[in-house]
Amino acid sequence: MNYAIDVHGINKRFGDKHVVRDLALQVKQGEIFGFLGPNGSGKTTSIRMLCGLLTPDSGSGTCLGFDVLNESDDIKKQVGYMTQRFSLWEDLTIGENLDFVARMFGMQDRKQAVAKALDELGLKARKDQLAGTLSGGWKQRLSLASCLLHRPRLLLLDEPTAGVDPKARRDFWEDIHRLSEAGITILVSTHYMDEAERCHRLAYLAYGNLLASGTSKDIIASQQLSTWSINGGNAHRFAAALQQLPMVEQVTTFGLKLHVSGKQPELLEPALQKFASSHNLQLERSSPTLEDTFIHLMREAHDQYEN
Amino acid sequence: MSSPRLHLHRMNWQRWLGIVIKEFIQLKRDRLTFGMILGIPIVLLLIFGFALNSDPKHLPTVVLLHESTPLTRDYVAAMQHSGYFDMIATVSTEEEADRLLDEGEVQFVVSFPPDFQRALVRGEHPAVLVQADASDPVAASGALGVLNRIGNEIFAPDLPGFHPQAPTSLIDLRVHKRYNPEGITAYNIVPGLIGVILTMTMVLMTGLAMTRERERGTFENLLATPATPLEVMSGKIIPYILIGLIQVTVILLAARFIFHVPMVGSLLLLYGVVLVFICANLTLGITFSSIAQNQLQAMQMTYFFFLPSMLLSGFMFPFRGMPQWAQYVGNCLPLTHFLQLVRGILLKGNTAGMLFHHIWPLLLFIVVVLGIGLKTFRRTLD
Repeated sequence: MNYAIDVHGINKRFGDKHVVRDLALQVKQGEIFGFLGPNGSGKTTSIRMLCGLLTPDSGSGTCLGFDVLNESDDIKKQVGYMTQRFSLWEDLTIGENLDFVARMFGMQDRKQAVAKALDELGLKARKDQLAGTLSGGWKQRLSLASCLLHRPRLLLLDEPTAGVDPKARRDFWEDIHRLSEAGITILVSTHYMDEAERCHRLAYLAYGNLLASGTSKDIIASQQLSTWSINGGNAHRFAAALQQLPMVEQVTTFGLKLHVSGKQPELLEPALQKFASSHNLQLERSSPTLEDTFIHLMREAHDQYEN
Repeated sequence: MSSPRLHLHRMNWQRWLGIVIKEFIQLKRDRLTFGMILGIPIVLLLIFGFALNSDPKHLPTVVLLHESTPLTRDYVAAMQHSGYFDMIATVSTEEEADRLLDEGEVQFVVSFPPDFQRALVRGEHPAVLVQADASDPVAASGALGVLNRIGNEIFAPDLPGFHPQAPTSLIDLRVHKRYNPEGITAYNIVPGLIGVILTMTMVLMTGLAMTRERERGTFENLLATPATPLEVMSGKIIPYILIGLIQVTVILLAARFIFHVPMVGSLLLLYGVVLVFICANLTLGITFSSIAQNQLQAMQMTYFFFLPSMLLSGFMFPFRGMPQWAQYVGNCLPLTHFLQLVRGILLKGNTAGMLFHHIWPLLLFIVVVLGIGLKTFRRTLD
């Protein structure tokens, strides 16, 4: 198997804060790999280490076949990195931004590449508009276009859809899938579950630790949670009471429903049935969602690392 | 019905204290500002208290002597004794003396005519020629004042028998103020302003260049490209070289047509040294820029550099008037050398060869500072 990213034992400290601990990551060529985890879990730091913007304190591995510690110059040439915050030049026009980036990557066919990118973006008519005046969704599309300009083999996208409306988010993910089909490997960090479910494989980070990785099915299965959904009346009012029941690991709200999960179904089920009938609620066995699993992972990590 | 009243002048001490505490905490965190607050008064005290002297003494002087006699030796010793003159050499040809004066190595040349002692003893009032570098009129004035006294004080006791009725002056002291005979301060200040303005604007503008990228977050994007530190740093200074040359042209036009500053030397050479000086300042600015965390820090660093440049370079106060340690500091500043260069070219008509000893320090400055800049340029966000 050919891995686009294959690193292990990656560590990074900022002062006495251990931001990334023994990260091991294998991303196959052409796949969409989702990077999940709460804020401050080390996602951005990990991505920056992969493209050479930060130097790992220890660890080894390759990115596109180049050594992550010593060959970041070679890596940069074939990686498109989209920062979390809009980082193109707001005082340059759309066209000037693309032209600058193309020059930075020493592109021979710069003009055609920029013209093509503008065409695909549908921004040809607005190419003389300052980038700073674009709306959030357009800024995001321009950022993506600019990091695709030099035809990278690997895209690193750091929360690309934060603050973008649902329609633009959907369009964006269609682009991502098209790129993946064209053979580009994509590592994307996100907080959205629907986006996570569109990834081929996922990794979940918390407190700098990789807690789980695999397909979303694998990850859900790995936690061995059993989940019931509780419906009816004002189900969400009983969340606190349900949490007090023995064997209940977690209660999560989904709209007007509650998801109750635990690891010992044979003990949990009777307790829940009793609770539901006495409060006039409908109980239904369901399967744990990715979100249930992540909340569970986050809780366990919190207990393990914070205390 | 009572209308709502705005309590514009009411003080809530709790809130007030909150703001005070916050400001102190932020000040404590901003080490550089804190350092500046303590550093600037100390630097100013040192400069104004010890370094600056508008009645400079120990000015380097050469004696042009055709014969060494007891009386000339007495005269030279007395000059040295006055504290204003430091006799650094004795030369025997006018060419040699002129060269030293042109290159700014000495402030004065004192020439005794042949047969000085004999003429003096005979009461012929021999002429002593003092040539002063008056390109900085302030530097020479105090010293010239004492020269007149020295003659009589020295020679009168030695020659009482020969001169029963001594005239008012035993020697005929002739002073030539070279390069700026009328002592017009504009001749000195205006060329100097080229250097001061370039120092201020060039360092500041490039100082902000990199920190601006860092503050706006665009630096991350730049770092993600394969661009090298040398490409980024040198690429960023090019536009400012052009701006610097425009500034110089404006000042030169004003110098010529408003202040009527003489322009004796080669303008091409002047632009050549201006280019070197601009580069020196730009490399410093871009280096500040890669060290500073934000634009404010870059501005503070510029100010911290600008202050000694103004005061210790010989722009505001005569360079030779400063104690040795301050001159050492001054010699590390590009402006010090540039002032010598620009005055040398405009007022004295210096040629390239004569100026080399002020050009190489600028080149060295560029190499050292650029080296530091490239070393501190962070290619990562670490």
